Amino acid sequence: MASGVKPRVKVPKKAAAGDAITIKTLISHKMESGQRKGDDGNPIPRSIINRFTCDFNGENVVDVKMEPAISTNPYFEFEALVPEAGEFKFTWYDDDGSIYEETKSIAIG
Amino acid sequence: MEFTRRNAIAMGAGALLVAGLPMRVSAATSDEAIAAFTGGAEIGTGDIKLTAPEIAENGNTVPIEVSSGTAVEILVLATGNPTPGVATFSFGKLAASRSASTRIRLAGTQDVVAVAKLEDGSFVQASSAVKVTIGGCGG
Amino acid sequence: MRKLTGAFLATLMATSIASADPVDDNLILNEETEIVTRTAAPAHLSDALDEVMSGWLFRGTETRAMQADDFDNPGMIFVEQGQDAWNTVDGSEGKSCASCHNDMDSMAGVKATYPKWNDAAGEVRTLQMQVNDCRENRMGADPWKYDKGDAINMEAALSAVSRGLPVNVAIDGPAQSTWEKGKELYYTRTGQLELSCANCHEDNYGNMIRADHLSQGQINGFPVYRLKNTKLNGAHSRFKGCIRDTRAETYKPGSAEFVALELYVASRGNGLSVEGPSIRN
Repeated sequence: MASGVKPRVKVPKKAAAGDAITIKTLISHKMESGQRKGDDGNPIPRSIINRFTCDFNGENVVDVKMEPAISTNPYFEFEALVPEAGEFKFTWYDDDGSIYEETKSIAIG
Repeated sequence: MEFTRRNAIAMGAGALLVAGLPMRVSAATSDEAIAAFTGGAEIGTGDIKLTAPEIAENGNTVPIEVSSGTAVEILVLATGNPTPGVATFSFGKLAASRSASTRIRLAGTQDVVAVAKLEDGSFVQASSAVKVTIGGCGG
Repeated sequence: MRKLTGAFLATLMATSIASADPVDDNLILNEETEIVTRTAAPAHLSDALDEVMSGWLFRGTETRAMQADDFDNPGMIFVEQGQDAWNTVDGSEGKSCASCHNDMDSMAGVKATYPKWNDAAGEVRTLQMQVNDCRENRMGADPWKYDKGDAINMEAALSAVSRGLPVNVAIDGPAQSTWEKGKELYYTRTGQLELSCANCHEDNYGNMIRADHLSQGQINGFPVYRLKNTKLNGAHSRFKGCIRDTRAETYKPGSAEFVALELYVASRGNGLSVEGPSIRN
């Protein structure tokens, strides 16, 4: 696992059934592109998060294939439908096989 | 002022940096990525919008947004990067809109391209020229 | 030498291709905390400047927006790490920062007064020096390296709880001689380019330097998350970068010279809001 990786997500605590809500996500990650050279002059190997997904109660909201051109500390903002109360699940997939997960519950009201 | 070689070099370098010359465009690989995405289908214009700053303060972190009314998938390419791929957004059943924002890296002044696959199976494209400034002192 | 410097300056300053004036905009954090980014210059500066301005006003639309919301601000990642460290026991005494100081919110206002004279030590101290004093003498822990990860994260976290409060460093009394030393450094030309802090940040703020905007060099927004290196940067490290770019040998972060310079530069922003962690280029 890359060091210091910490996911953050911003989801409203409540919504009306059928509402569209804005979700923001940010995860601390270097996103080493593979294009840079280290102090010794050798290329630093690529090490990025290559995929991000958001699901709600098992249904997909967005699935993003990520390339090295995504900035350090990847940020995404998108909109989700909330048909009922439940749980958002956010998953980031690292090149090194690590998976970082975060969940957020949302109530109807 | 004495016009010495050293002065000329210093001023020439300054002028070059200020001009922000466009990066070499890696057109071949961008075209290949688009072809892989569309399967060679014709690409029109229409239901795809790409929002990017006209001038990015720093190529390391350039905010962009893609949006469409009916896109199923949106491919984003930075045509002037060493590898043009940026991201592919696939919208699921619970996407409230076919839009997303992120922050991307641009190696220099170039065109950013978004290609969307719409619900009807057609493809549309939008592009945006982004000037990437080379900083001041950098410190 | 003078002629070469002149040529450089002409190149740096005269190639203005766009207006580099500060923007007319207001910074409100998270739609609630109003940040003073422009105010009357403090009395000691009235001969040089009428108004002091945060570097925020010299940044582009997207960069300014990124700082206005804590979620959008990547510097807050490091604030959270600083907050975690605040609550983490370290050292031989079995204490964390929170053992003595309770919740970090109790530190609101502290950052605004640093660098500050410490009577017991008989010196002006930066916030990082004071944190290390606690670590060594109260916690029995190793000091953190100046401007490095742990130290800068903690400074950012302490700054975050003071955001919106006015910078108010004392420049008189026992701090005066350090402040005067800092002032002298500010106006001293260094390096092959023979530039002082004032040449750029007092005489030429609002002009372009190459393709970037020259600000007043205020440090009310430090630590800053810089887009260029995507991490938090301390004021001393920024001073070092500036002096290095004048092609001079620089002082070290944490050195007596930079402590004095930090006090002086901070005092030039007395009245601006604490803003760190801010977002800059």
